Amino acid sequence: MENKEKTNESFERVQNARHPDRPYTNDLLRIIFEGFIELHGDRRFRDDPAIVSGFAEINNLKVAVIGHQKGRDMNQRQHRNFGMPKPEGYRKALRIMNLAEKFSRPIVTFIDTPGAYPGIDAEERGQAEAIAFNLREMAHLKTTVIVVVLGEGGSGGALAIGVGDKILMLENAVYSVITPEGCAAILWKDSGKANLAAESLKLTAEELLKFNLIDEIIPEQENWSYPQTDTYEVNISVDNFGKTAEFLKDRIFRNILELEKLTIEEKLNLRFEKFRKMGKWIS
Amino acid sequence: MAWFRRNKPKIEESNDDEVRKVRTEGIFIKCPECENPLYRRELRESHHVCTHCDYHFRLGGRERLDELFDDGNYEKLDEEITSGDPLGFVDTKPYIERIEAAKKSSGLPEAIVSGKGKVGGHLTYAGAMDMSFIGGSMGSAVGEKITRLIERATETRGAVIIFSASGGARMQEGTLSLMQMAKISAALARLHDARLPFISILTDPTTGGVTASFAMLGDVIVAEPKALIGFAGPRVIEQTIRQKLPKGFQRSEFLLGHGMVDMVVDRREMRETLIRLLDFMMNKNL
Ligand SMILES: [Zn+2]
Repeated sequence: MENKEKTNESFERVQNARHPDRPYTNDLLRIIFEGFIELHGDRRFRDDPAIVSGFAEINNLKVAVIGHQKGRDMNQRQHRNFGMPKPEGYRKALRIMNLAEKFSRPIVTFIDTPGAYPGIDAEERGQAEAIAFNLREMAHLKTTVIVVVLGEGGSGGALAIGVGDKILMLENAVYSVITPEGCAAILWKDSGKANLAAESLKLTAEELLKFNLIDEIIPEQENWSYPQTDTYEVNISVDNFGKTAEFLKDRIFRNILELEKLTIEEKLNLRFEKFRKMGKWIS
Repeated sequence: MAWFRRNKPKIEESNDDEVRKVRTEGIFIKCPECENPLYRRELRESHHVCTHCDYHFRLGGRERLDELFDDGNYEKLDEEITSGDPLGFVDTKPYIERIEAAKKSSGLPEAIVSGKGKVGGHLTYAGAMDMSFIGGSMGSAVGEKITRLIERATETRGAVIIFSASGGARMQEGTLSLMQMAKISAALARLHDARLPFISILTDPTTGGVTASFAMLGDVIVAEPKALIGFAGPRVIEQTIRQKLPKGFQRSEFLLGHGMVDMVVDRREMRETLIRLLDFMMNKNL
């Protein structure tokens, strides 16, 4: 019985993380940043609306911001491809990161994607290469990088903007190697077992902190959780996000200030060591 | 099935079909592509490539390293590193049982084997993944072995060669598996900054988190003919777009045409090709 309740809780987190009333990158750009100038395109193929990027300010500090954008209603979702980037999205992200590096500005990224888009065109243009190249380049990007797991951390498509000096994660966000539905379809041969998979995957913020895969949890307000009933009030979250956003803003800002005290070399060594220690094996 | 009958007299009398089948399979392997029978010895000599139709059989990790290094000599590395069960993962079967079963059936400690030796006289650290160990999937142990391989090369100024064969990140280790992609890529960033070569060889199949990390980060990327290579698996794509995929999609030759790999090389010419590449990347001009 206790086991069943735990299962429900993990999967509830997944549903919360996906809830359209949660703030998206564009909301945070209004709530905690100022003077956002959006920059478009990868200069190679096309602009990808699944990723927004540009210059902004946080407490008068100039930073580059990059994040997945899912879209709320059906029109927006189609426009944003449900927050599933194609290679050009990841290449745009890296282009903006390189600009931040060039002009010595910190970078803040927001993760909120079901995953990188699995489609013919994405494969043709090198989805795997685009993700891989970002992983390598972010590992030695010569500027401060703060990563915020905002909602849904969907596998490689999330990680491709997720290599940084500090990884913050919202209390109700999830971060996983595969969606619970995908995992259940493969291992249980039944996507209906997604709730069991969600529990097994250990994808909640508390669990990830225990494995040292993230650095900090950003607590969310109590009513910042959605029972899956038809009685939830629309926009309750955005209205109530104020306090959480304030705290998130403070943590982003303070982390940047701390990191800016380090030399580039110290920062890169710490960033490398953080990821170097990830994993658990037997020897 | 003429070959089967022709060879019947050589087989000891037995009414047991199962026994006969095993013995016959002990001598012959049928090519899955052209269905011609191939002597095991003949197949080994042709590097497990069909002598009739050039079909590339899947090859184990150990065999890959044996074929790669000069005179087949190399020092095995990190054999003691193997998977634990950090999440206590249970699906239809406990992960810990899957690991034990994989060790038994494959005779390998993990989904990758690695070694240090010379290739064309060049100091080389090589890894080769093996599909027979939980689908060649990458968990913490695989990630650690590859990272150590790259770090050793960076420290001693060697080259890195990795043969990929994998269904992607290992689900049973959750986000720990995902982070191996970042860990390995970070080690490759340092290798790159040290101006040392990494040659990535993509074999059938290479998909998911392996493709989306080190496999696509080679200075030179070589694919074996007709290997399935991609980020998303064909079934996932078909479900997403709700249509059949074009013929040859995500095969080596398709990737070559789209500029994603440098070349498609027949396994029988692989070692020579790698040596020529290393000569360019490792030898000093006079
Ligand atoms: Zn054949």
